[in-house]
Amino acid sequence: MSKEIIAITVIDRAGTEQAIDLPTDMNLNLMEGCRINELPVEGTCGGMALCASCHVYVHTEDIIPLERGDDEQAMLDDTENVKPNSRLCCQIRITENLEGAIVELAPETNGGEEDEDW
Amino acid sequence: MITTDIIIIGAGPVGLFTVFEAGLLKMRCHLIDALPIPGGQCAEIYPKKPIYDIPGYPEILAGELVDNLMKQIEPFKPGFTLGEPAVSLDKTDDDQFIVTTKQGTQHKAPIVAIAGGLGVFVPRRPSIDNLRDFEEKGVNYFIKDPEPYRNKKVVISGGGDSALDWAIFMAEDFASDVTLIHRSQSFRAHPDSVQKAFDLAEAGKLKMFLHSEVHKLSGNGSLDAVTVKQKEKEDFQIETKHWLPLFGLTPKLGPIAKWGLELEKNAIVVNNALDYSTNIPGVFAVGDINTYPGKLKLILCGFHEATIMVQHAFKKIYPDKRNVLKYTTVNGVNGFE
Repeated sequence: MSKEIIAITVIDRAGTEQAIDLPTDMNLNLMEGCRINELPVEGTCGGMALCASCHVYVHTEDIIPLERGDDEQAMLDDTENVKPNSRLCCQIRITENLEGAIVELAPETNGGEEDEDW
Repeated sequence: MITTDIIIIGAGPVGLFTVFEAGLLKMRCHLIDALPIPGGQCAEIYPKKPIYDIPGYPEILAGELVDNLMKQIEPFKPGFTLGEPAVSLDKTDDDQFIVTTKQGTQHKAPIVAIAGGLGVFVPRRPSIDNLRDFEEKGVNYFIKDPEPYRNKKVVISGGGDSALDWAIFMAEDFASDVTLIHRSQSFRAHPDSVQKAFDLAEAGKLKMFLHSEVHKLSGNGSLDAVTVKQKEKEDFQIETKHWLPLFGLTPKLGPIAKWGLELEKNAIVVNNALDYSTNIPGVFAVGDINTYPGKLKLILCGFHEATIMVQHAFKKIYPDKRNVLKYTTVNGVNGFE
């Protein structure tokens, strides 16, 4: 029988490890999984690999493969702070295989809200 | 000063449809948007992506939806202030509002409808320590008018459509010297543009550096040179007065956050039971920017909110006029008086 709820760890931008539970039976991606757990992941484009606001570093490559899709790769080519273990987590489907995975939220690419000069 | 009945902040699909519904009630609208084109995120982020949940359209490209909405509101001749983010909202003594853009354009109306979506699109900035020192002094993220770059030496960074299109435009006998710098070796742009850029590079009209990025800026007061880091190669410097980092745009809630509106998780709290009014009487919020119990961020829900909202705006502008819901099938779009 497949597992309906899995647990993974997300390291937020302050460096704090947060354990979150994710449902595997709702066809969600990891960006959506972070959002339902109220983590600061914008997911601006809605999951189309078009904005990089869900950029993460994968700490458990054995669980989440580092192979990127074409759209995802193209977006990451234009993104800051990209490392070999970078992924856009909207492109990572939540399945029971993700149990125990660790990802870290990459820095926001545009600095904070407050430093915009209006 | 631009005067109108309803100032709509945000020219995305919901802002555009607000013009239609207001127009049916003979109210004039003026749209303000930070982007230089109408359409909001449909135009900026995913114009070529299909949308499947617009009633009556089994499938429509986001860009087509915007084109259709522009056609739909054309009879009502809305005004546009594009390429200018709205930065302030002020109440006047005669119970009206003045909305001012970053560029200083002022708009006055009794009703303000905020259809700001995800907020205002701001450029994605590269992480370079002294970047801010050179903004507007050699570093520009938008090209509203290419004229300042005619016969100049220009460096462009980026791998998307915007970077490619401008690099091609400038390399075709416009600027005197054009360099395109991209972090990767592949481009996230239309294949025709990519081919054209490589053709221009081949012809010696465009210098192209792949696996490269600008990582240092130098100059005294204004930009004089950029330093380029290349994968597995030595850094090198390009003398230039103009660097255009075109890495796309990202939305921020922006100045709206400081207008005294009640906010909850970066969204404006509205009264959904009645009219989508905010805590400031006369200011409404519709579409993705608002929140209320059960809110769904869908274009079709925004259309509904805008329709309800303008009926209440009408009552505020014309407290003595009676308004009866009429149907466009009976009266056309100009059947109201």
